[in-house]
Amino acid sequence: MMLLVTSGVAPYLAQAESILDVGDTFIVPLLLKLAFVLGIFFVGPLVAGYLEHKAMGRMQHRRGPVEAGPFGTLQLVADGIKFIQKEDLIPSAADKWVFAMAPGVALVPAMLALLVIPFGPGVFALDLELGLFYVLAASSVSVLGVLMGGWSSANKFSLFGGLRAGGQLIAYELPLILAAIAVAVQAGTLSLVGIVEAQAEFMLFGTGINLWYVIPQLLGFGIFFVAALAELSRPPFDMPIGDSELVFGYMTEYSGIKYAMYMLTEYAGMVTMSALMVVLYLGGWQLLPGVPLPGCEAAGGLFDCGVTGTLLGVGVMLGKILLLVFVMVWLRVAYPRLREDQLQRIAWLVMVPLALLNLALVTIAKVVY
Amino acid sequence: MTGHDLVFVAVGLLTAGGAVFTVTSKNLMHAALFFAVTLGGIAGVFLTLAADFLALVQIVVYVGAVAVLFMFGLMLTRAPIGREALDGQNRGLAMAVAGGLFVVLSTLVIGAFGDLPTAEVTGPRIDDLGIAIFADWVLPFEVLSMLLLAALIGAIVLARRESGESGEELTVTRIEMAQDRDPEALEREQAALTSGSGGTGEEHA
Repeated sequence: MMLLVTSGVAPYLAQAESILDVGDTFIVPLLLKLAFVLGIFFVGPLVAGYLEHKAMGRMQHRRGPVEAGPFGTLQLVADGIKFIQKEDLIPSAADKWVFAMAPGVALVPAMLALLVIPFGPGVFALDLELGLFYVLAASSVSVLGVLMGGWSSANKFSLFGGLRAGGQLIAYELPLILAAIAVAVQAGTLSLVGIVEAQAEFMLFGTGINLWYVIPQLLGFGIFFVAALAELSRPPFDMPIGDSELVFGYMTEYSGIKYAMYMLTEYAGMVTMSALMVVLYLGGWQLLPGVPLPGCEAAGGLFDCGVTGTLLGVGVMLGKILLLVFVMVWLRVAYPRLREDQLQRIAWLVMVPLALLNLALVTIAKVVY
Repeated sequence: MTGHDLVFVAVGLLTAGGAVFTVTSKNLMHAALFFAVTLGGIAGVFLTLAADFLALVQIVVYVGAVAVLFMFGLMLTRAPIGREALDGQNRGLAMAVAGGLFVVLSTLVIGAFGDLPTAEVTGPRIDDLGIAIFADWVLPFEVLSMLLLAALIGAIVLARRESGESGEELTVTRIEMAQDRDPEALEREQAALTSGSGGTGEEHA
């Protein structure tokens, strides 16, 4: 269903069909979609974690995990089994209910954010009209879990870690959202599938050259990437768990399965944020700018692909996601941790003004052309 | 009763329950957390009324920012980490005011809208909403932004007062640990603090 909203606004597919909508029943697609989201939520972080182990190892002249499974691929599965077996320690002074619930409060929003992210032509659980806003809203709730954990541990290091995390997440949420708004302005839609389609149709002014948004919005992409790193508390922005100062920040008192839940939140967040960056800036499941996937040339190279086209699209998307995850790992190895005051200074004095400038430039360009 | 009504009742109960626990819990941090539940419940109410955009705004602004700032402020200032009771002494007055407001507001709302026919709820599309805000209602929107900006600048000016202007300064900052629950030890410590013999309250840590 093509909808022309007003003149000058890109046409977009409203509520694209998911390939998981099979049959006429309500329950089958629902179960398929749940399985899809949960599968990505639990497998994605394992792959990202394995990539981190191996890439970090090689960069530090180590081999990384080699024993568990072929090439050490099952190392994180073994770690997971270890975490389940460990004793579930709760400090006697801790606020038990808040302490126990905190990792879940951090975990569930990370899971919910995956609901709307498209992983290929028609490969998504939901195409919300407000998809982009939904992802940002869901990820903004995770900070509650971190603050709860930091406070309820009844430990000064946890408290400081929680405070740092709170300050950091509030500070970097602003540039993140502002950069995302610029993309929504250029695409003329908030639907993530719609944004991918708008990118496939975006031509360099006056020519027929198709470009992904990373070119016109290079500044916005940089802001989004740095802010996403900070939102995930990934090095060099890992002051909330800065181990040389705060033991392990808000996670100090956590062990066993609850600790694993915090870690799962971080790695799922890496996958979600990378997927979001691919969708917003790197053309989604497009192979190259202007190159339609095989089997779906009719639908602009983006939808209704055959089996090969769909699989290729998913493969391209996952490849791009893993590439971005690799860059995040690379940055972790390459750069030392920032100081807490530097972090806040960068957020408020550099990132926010640049994000506002980016938004103003994109808006003006959108109105002029 | 349709499924829609059932969801509405469930979300409403969640919201009301969160609100009740917000005002009855004796731990300030628990109150803040229940407040977050209430705000999330209100987002759910918006969702059942097909106001998706409003629901997401509610989550971003109130759960993701206001509730977080509450907790942040609590942790930054008094920092009662662990368990500690903190109770205002105005329970009766607060109940009277809140109950009176509830009666007045519900009477007004039922009186004004009670006999309107019910209809299927459908939300506006997001692009219609955007055009309405930034075309038809752009002046009120801008005036509102100016008001918020003025409030923001005012808050910064108040917070940045030169030291000495803002009244007496606290001499001792103490982080209260949950082990201090023993009231006698607490009293002894407070006596030591007020008599000026120093100590940071960390003896038990």
